[in-house]
Amino acid sequence: MLELITANKRRSALLIAAFALVTVAVGLLVGLLVGKGLLVTLIALGVAAAMSAVSYWKADAIALAVSRAVPADPVEYRRLHNLVEGLCIASGLPKPRVYVVNDPAPNAFATGRNPKHAALAVTTGLLERMNRVELEGVVAHELSHIRNYDILVSTLAVTLVGAVALVSELTIRMMWWNGGRVRRAGDRDNTGNPVAVVGFAMLAIAPLFARMMQAAVSRQRETLADVSACHMTRYPPGLVAALEKLRDDTTVTHSATSATAHLWIEQPLSGVGDSGRLGWLHRMYSTHPPIEERIALLREL
Amino acid sequence: MIPLIVVLAVLALVALVTVIAYNRLVRRRNQVDNAWSQIDVQLKRRLDLIPNLVETVKGYAAHERETLDAVVRARNAALAAPSTPAAQGEADTILTGALRQLFALNEAYPDLKANQNFLALQEELTATEGRVSYARQFYNDSVLSFNTSLETFPTLLLARMLGFSKRDYFEAEEGAKQPPQVSF
Repeated sequence: MLELITANKRRSALLIAAFALVTVAVGLLVGLLVGKGLLVTLIALGVAAAMSAVSYWKADAIALAVSRAVPADPVEYRRLHNLVEGLCIASGLPKPRVYVVNDPAPNAFATGRNPKHAALAVTTGLLERMNRVELEGVVAHELSHIRNYDILVSTLAVTLVGAVALVSELTIRMMWWNGGRVRRAGDRDNTGNPVAVVGFAMLAIAPLFARMMQAAVSRQRETLADVSACHMTRYPPGLVAALEKLRDDTTVTHSATSATAHLWIEQPLSGVGDSGRLGWLHRMYSTHPPIEERIALLREL
Repeated sequence: MIPLIVVLAVLALVALVTVIAYNRLVRRRNQVDNAWSQIDVQLKRRLDLIPNLVETVKGYAAHERETLDAVVRARNAALAAPSTPAAQGEADTILTGALRQLFALNEAYPDLKANQNFLALQEELTATEGRVSYARQFYNDSVLSFNTSLETFPTLLLARMLGFSKRDYFEAEEGAKQPPQVSF
């Protein structure tokens, strides 16, 4: 199990590096097309980072407010608190604040910029359906997100997406105002430049590509959280049983939005199906790996 | 001039590596020590819950004296046991067995089963058993981490010099590997 975790972490780092490279590539493309590529990229990164900084710092408060979570009473939700405390002992994490979301759909999420400022929430639907070992598996998955600093990772990814989007926007506008010409030193020609057309196309696609990479990072972190959870409980069948129950349950949650979709344990948004003609496209933008794959991977442990 | 700079650079590098290695070893060793004490904390917590449990059960099943007494005896023995892992493990096994007998009582006494207090205590004891195992698991994980740092290169070279030695894992006692006998 430990080797799987290390392998996963390595894959994660590679993905993020690739993502960063894509951002650099976009910057270079900009430089090629309108000049001042470095400046534009840096400005875009700065703006995106500033916007992300607030969401990162207040990640826990925002996510909890959006989902209308209430603090879980230690007496009423004794079992939940006990499970969280037990797993915190197993992992050496400080105990996060525990919340409950009043929602019939079974789901759970964890948030917070680091283990000391973390929060964990489960829906009433989850508490009703899961038995002790299954609930423990879900809690372990969420605690693994906290332990692996996944909020930081996804904020990084979102920042890069934001930066790429900004760069593309700015550059396309600059080129548009410039009459579709590509400004280069010594260029006296007023006619359109074929490079510009290609550049346009690539810049338009860049944000889509960046979002696809963000989804890939998110999926990869979910897999890491699954494996870490099993390492924490030393009992993979618990999480497997929980995932099977989640797979068979068709209740749609009302407490998630596309902004918080990546935080929940299972794909909360309806309509993002994996079957059908455009299934492969949906899968590329999905924040969670298909649940059958997750179950199959854990069964191997 | 150049050889002097090279030598100084190498020495600085060695010093840096040593400092990093030392700090890592200290951090991990301290985590091992902390994890060991945590196990005792959880064991003590379990022992503290038992008198409450016995009192609750007495209210409903006073004539099950034998079972109740067995639990109280086992608890006192666990408190008094010497701190060696072997003695602790043995006391632990006897206590777990006695508790199982006690919880089996609720099958015969439906009023007891429905009693909120009893249910809450049952949950607490289950949770505490979980905590004890997790504490042991964390201790073993910490030992793994510490021993691995000790044995990997380059920390390996410095470890003995800096005065660190391997730690032992917590292992279940032979008795604990047998499932407790439950009789109705």
